[in-house]
Amino acid sequence: MFNQGTDIKTFLNETGEIFRFALRFFREGFRPRYEVDEFLRQCFVIGYKSFPLVALTAFIIGLVLTMQLRPSMVNYGVEVQIPAMVGVAIVREIGPILTALIFAGKIGSSIGAELGSMKVTEQIDAMEVSGTNPFKYLVVTRSLAAMLMLPTLVILADAIALYGSYLGVNIYEPLTFKLFFKKVFDNLAYIDVIPAFIKTFFFGFAVGIVGSYKGYYSEKGTEGVGLSANSSVVVSSVLIFIIDLIAVQIADLFQ
Amino acid sequence: MPEPVIKIEGLSKSFGANHVLDHFDLSLNRGENLVVLGKSGSGKSVLIKCIIGLIQPEKGKIHVLGKNVLTLNQTALDYIRVKVAFLFQSNALYDSMTVRENLEFPLRRHSFQLTTKEVEDMVMEALQNVGLEHTVDMMPSELSGGMRKRIALARTLILKPEIILYDEPTTGLDPITSLEIISLINKIQEKYQTSSMIISHDMKCVKLVANRIAMLIDGKCYAIGTYDELSASPDEKIRQFFN
Ligand SMILES: Nc1ncnc2c1ncn2[C@@H]1O[C@H](COP(=O)(O)OP(=O)(O)O)[C@@H](O)[C@H]1O
Ligand SMILES: [Mg+2]
Repeated sequence: MFNQGTDIKTFLNETGEIFRFALRFFREGFRPRYEVDEFLRQCFVIGYKSFPLVALTAFIIGLVLTMQLRPSMVNYGVEVQIPAMVGVAIVREIGPILTALIFAGKIGSSIGAELGSMKVTEQIDAMEVSGTNPFKYLVVTRSLAAMLMLPTLVILADAIALYGSYLGVNIYEPLTFKLFFKKVFDNLAYIDVIPAFIKTFFFGFAVGIVGSYKGYYSEKGTEGVGLSANSSVVVSSVLIFIIDLIAVQIADLFQ
Repeated sequence: MPEPVIKIEGLSKSFGANHVLDHFDLSLNRGENLVVLGKSGSGKSVLIKCIIGLIQPEKGKIHVLGKNVLTLNQTALDYIRVKVAFLFQSNALYDSMTVRENLEFPLRRHSFQLTTKEVEDMVMEALQNVGLEHTVDMMPSELSGGMRKRIALARTLILKPEIILYDEPTTGLDPITSLEIISLINKIQEKYQTSSMIISHDMKCVKLVANRIAMLIDGKCYAIGTYDELSASPDEKIRQFFN
């Protein structure tokens, strides 16, 4: 039977557990021994895995957004403002949130599945008896790598989406590359860019820590692993929207 | 007088209302192969995971090589974990690493000062013991179930442990492969004079490896004796394992 009472209770319980797991990251993550090699390997793997998809989506969104905005802008006679408008939309919201959601789908699920299968096949126990703190070796490295790689990907995605938009503008009228970007940046203030950049660290951390949590406490059996991967994506996507909502409120205070 | 290398006293562990171990007592003597026999879900894995500090029991004492593992700090516990090796039921080979990297992992992580040459020699010796030198550069996913078990065994041997804990070493293997694993266990005991605690409910395996058998029933060490002693027991709870 579908029971909202217990659903809400499990949800709150789970939120509490993930929060405690995140606190453990801060308690253990900044004390030696530092797993530098594994951290660098994870940065590479995480960035490398998600970049092609992020780049492709960003390019298409930039291009399509520009083409779809055009008719209304022409109606109001403000098509010269397209670069400025697309620039704000991409840098403040679309770039970060789109990249973060793709990241959640790709990296959140792969961390959840990887740690989940390590858990059920006792690889995590095996690490522990081999003189290794598995929380540091697996969770801290992946969460930190996700936290640093997502902002990097967002910057790349923003640039690629703007390039897509530049091509979109040029379908209808010639506009030089230099002038396009001048229009974009003239309209962007630090107050647009900085909060949008800062929130991506939180998005990345959310994806890393949720994926790790789901994998680390995976249920026995292959369904358990699948469930970990799946719910990593769901939970971290929801968290990304919640963080986004909080970020916009905070950024508003400084307007 | 046999010298105990592991001495468990009054060990209790529950998960919620599930009382898995209830004042469990057992000693492992130096050089012996001790089998712990119990039904599936009776708490055998919980028992040996307590010995190596992977699960914290509520009550009791576990002395391993004279030290109470439940009160040790991390450094002292890591030292015990060098002396006591664990063969996991699901092998626990690292999927993302080659056989060589799997075997090197405990060597590198336990911060010994070893040269590359020494590491290489130790890896090859461990693989020789299980007859799988040619798999050194393969990934675990390329190996059969029996080969994976042997690689896992090689990884537990690489630190030259004094004690080996085997968690159901033959479960899930075909009868012929099971016999190979059993003869390896016996070979290792002879060659390195290790003391072993072997979890099993495979009676053919039990008969071939056990010097003594402890019966884990209802969270307690219900009976202990040789194969012949226990199989002649009139007690129905014991007999059911031997039919
Ligand atoms: N981490 C855990 N959380 C909750 N229950 C557990 C956990 N580990 C084991 N159990 C329970 O303890 C009992 C004994 O498990 P186990 O030692 O794995 O059995 P086996 O004798 O087959 O190895 C089972 O009922 C199992 O469900
Ligand atoms: Mg078991």
